[in-house]
Amino acid sequence: MSTLHFVTLAPFIMAIFVPIIYKKFRHLHTGWFILPLPLILFIYLFQYLPLDGSPMETVSYSVAWVPSLGINFTVYLDGLSLLFALLITGIGTLVVLYSIYYIANKKEEPLNNFYVYLMMFMGAMLGVVLSDNLIVLYVFWEITSLASSLLIAYWFHKEKSRYGAQKSMLITVTGGFSMLAGFTLMYLMTDTFSIRGIIAMADVIVTSPLFIPAMLLILLGAFTKSAQFPFHIWLPDAMEAPTPVSAYLHSATMVKAGIYLVARMTPVFGGQAEWFWIISTFGLFTLLWGSVSAVRQKDLKGILAFSTISQLGLIMSLLGLGSAGYHYEIIDGTSLPIVAVLAAVFHLINHATFKGSLFMVVGIIDHETGTRDIRKLGGLMTIMPITFTVSLIGIASMAGLPPFNGFLSKEMFFTGTLNSATLDVFNVGNFGVIFPVVAWIASVFTFIYCMIMLFKTFTGKHQPEKLDKAAHEAPIGLLISPIILASLVIVFGLFPNLLSYTIIEPVMQSIMPGLTAPGEQFYVNIYHWHGFNTELFMTMGVVFFGAFIFLNQKKWQDTTFYLRERDPLNWFYDNGLTGLINGSTVVNNVQMTGRLRDYFSYMFIFLIAIVSFMLWQSNALAVDFTNTTEIPSYMYFVSLSLILSTIVIPFVSKRISAIVLMGVVGFLVALLFVVFRAPDLALTQLLVETVMVVLFLLVFYHLPELRKETFKPVFRLSNLIISIGVGLVVTLTALSVHAYSYENPISPISDFFVENSYALAGGNNIVNVILVDFRGLDTLLEVLVLGIVALGVVVLIKFKARKGEDV
Amino acid sequence: MKNTPIQLHVITRIVAFIILAFSIFLFFAGHNNPGGGFIGGLMTASALVLLFLSFDIKTIKKVLPFNYAKIIASGLLLAVLTGMVGMFLGDPFLNQFFRYYQLPILGKTELTTALPFDLGIYLVVVGFTLLVILTIAEDDS
Repeated sequence: MSTLHFVTLAPFIMAIFVPIIYKKFRHLHTGWFILPLPLILFIYLFQYLPLDGSPMETVSYSVAWVPSLGINFTVYLDGLSLLFALLITGIGTLVVLYSIYYIANKKEEPLNNFYVYLMMFMGAMLGVVLSDNLIVLYVFWEITSLASSLLIAYWFHKEKSRYGAQKSMLITVTGGFSMLAGFTLMYLMTDTFSIRGIIAMADVIVTSPLFIPAMLLILLGAFTKSAQFPFHIWLPDAMEAPTPVSAYLHSATMVKAGIYLVARMTPVFGGQAEWFWIISTFGLFTLLWGSVSAVRQKDLKGILAFSTISQLGLIMSLLGLGSAGYHYEIIDGTSLPIVAVLAAVFHLINHATFKGSLFMVVGIIDHETGTRDIRKLGGLMTIMPITFTVSLIGIASMAGLPPFNGFLSKEMFFTGTLNSATLDVFNVGNFGVIFPVVAWIASVFTFIYCMIMLFKTFTGKHQPEKLDKAAHEAPIGLLISPIILASLVIVFGLFPNLLSYTIIEPVMQSIMPGLTAPGEQFYVNIYHWHGFNTELFMTMGVVFFGAFIFLNQKKWQDTTFYLRERDPLNWFYDNGLTGLINGSTVVNNVQMTGRLRDYFSYMFIFLIAIVSFMLWQSNALAVDFTNTTEIPSYMYFVSLSLILSTIVIPFVSKRISAIVLMGVVGFLVALLFVVFRAPDLALTQLLVETVMVVLFLLVFYHLPELRKETFKPVFRLSNLIISIGVGLVVTLTALSVHAYSYENPISPISDFFVENSYALAGGNNIVNVILVDFRGLDTLLEVLVLGIVALGVVVLIKFKARKGEDV
Repeated sequence: MKNTPIQLHVITRIVAFIILAFSIFLFFAGHNNPGGGFIGGLMTASALVLLFLSFDIKTIKKVLPFNYAKIIASGLLLAVLTGMVGMFLGDPFLNQFFRYYQLPILGKTELTTALPFDLGIYLVVVGFTLLVILTIAEDDS
């Protein structure tokens, strides 16, 4: 266990103590106890930054987990994981600070739940970005989905919260599951779960027939997590979560996990036409769809949600466009697509800063006025001057205006799309023109929703009668975190090269490992003024057209486009979900009849089918009576009584006689065990039979009066066929095994136990040694099942449902 | 069961203890002879069931005031904890140990971690059987 392992596990350990802290120190907000943890982690991780200009050194530590399957808890820190880890802990610190003031320390607020989930999430997210093993990554990935839906449902008494939580869970977990399938395919191709190992074998993967399925499955995971079209529909509903959660999970960290995965996998898949086309088209379409949908939102958080979707699409498309750089044999700093990856990394950082601050500001507005509806808000500029200033900075950066960092990354984004338009690989050709055009249109819409957000909230007439609370400026505690993020927006905007040498370069190295020769460094320089070029004219066009459309908003605000706020794709989700439930009800009604005999016929039909298919398939059907042991005469008697008593049971009409006959069968089986010298089994069988008879007698007392049931002959006939079939299949299997073992002498597995039971476990009774030593886990889990069954019986009987009550 | 004949009471009292003693023998014999936690547990349970059948439930509950759900839980806990002993020593979960000791009275005896594990199973089986039978028996509706 290294310190880096501990970094991942620390939030989980903290989560264990949260309920205790919450109980013991009720008068102090629980958040104060949490706050130091992300801060310490942030400071620790900060030390890994290469501040002196030397190349960043990667570190890696491993702890065995399931070594026989190649699953090890390996932490690996390079530029990419360091960037994400810093975002997670840094913004995590600010969010915890903000949440202390946002969620008041009231008695009815389950603060302990909130911080347990938040810590779970933070640890899982750190685990995702730090682990080098795909399976470990998957485990943490699913914990983030789980923690996020728990956080969305934090105010679970609201129906919309539960709906949003279920939606995000269903969509992201489905994606995660397919990602697991993709990881398995990767393992099949490379025989390793280690990401670095897989990157080293990228040339093997590219030529494999499993390449495309693996890529698609992994991308499905990344797209659902990063809210790419058409999976984005969960993100707006996730806005039911408390605002600190939205700021943290749904803008800065969790939704970026998909981007992390795509960036991580770029060295493996990048440079392939499919990867390029899928990611860049989905990304660009998400960018466009998100920005267009954001314009018609009336809820400030709704605008931000769609804005996040669109910005994630932007980063995704840039990664896709940049992957074209891999196609060139020699990757160097001058090749055009590199700019796109650079822009993606830079925008990732910028987006975290401005979107984080904007979410917090919206939370403040909600907190101080009681609403987030832009139709009710207005004129807050003078009432909330600090909030206004912070919002102005964040919104201007989001709109891509100088001198803020959003401007820089948007210019680079334009450069990236323009470069891709001139690509001569992947049949881009004339299609390339689409990239800058879509990018430009989406930017116009981005500009429009930014203006809507700013002007509808802060200018115009103040309408205090529409607000639930009298608006006033927020307390200082709520303001600290957004102010810090907004000042980062300015600092990164004015001095972008603060980032380029410290973090962007190492990140570029990890996304494109072949970028430079060993020992050589890749230099990034980001300038504010880059001359009168196409990008600048595009920005001017965005501002001009955006402002024009916004000023003419009266004309389009009554159109159905503007009034239909809800994403039309939700129709598919909602109907799909109800369809699934209805469909499974139909299947259930057919299958789960509540009659034991039906279940048994299903099981036996399945047994007959699968065993006879396997016998036929493997050509194992063979009957051979040579080399059989001589049957002692008394065995005829025992077998005959066994067969007779079994056959008689269905024809007995009295229940008690049937029970007695069942007992006879049981005791005869015990007798067989005795004959074949298996005292343990015989003893167990006898005891079980005894206890069963007692149980039967008890149950008998409760059974309803037996009424004469008449069955149709068809039913009786089918039962007869099934039972004969089972008997036939089992007998044939036994005979085949006998014939097979005669032809191919194999040593049975029991030889091993006979030889080793005394030497390895110190016991002569091999049955017992197998039970407790060789197969101890089986036994443990079996008795666990017994315990669960006992609880089930108690629950069923002691807490019986009243008549007509639905389970 | 008001009309239970006196003979049944008397015989039960004697037989139950013979069965109980035999079940304990079975439990300890398990490692080298037929027996073990599962069978021992079942036999103990059947002895107790016999008592319940002969006397009425209230009387026996007074004599044997056990919470069988807790017996199941403690059995499971014991089995898991025994399995974890190996983990602390760097071996896989459920790795059993054994060694021979010279004990007073008993002489050379084998002590093994399989025994507490088996005891856990014994407890679960006893608890399970009695919990299920008693819950069904007490069900009045």
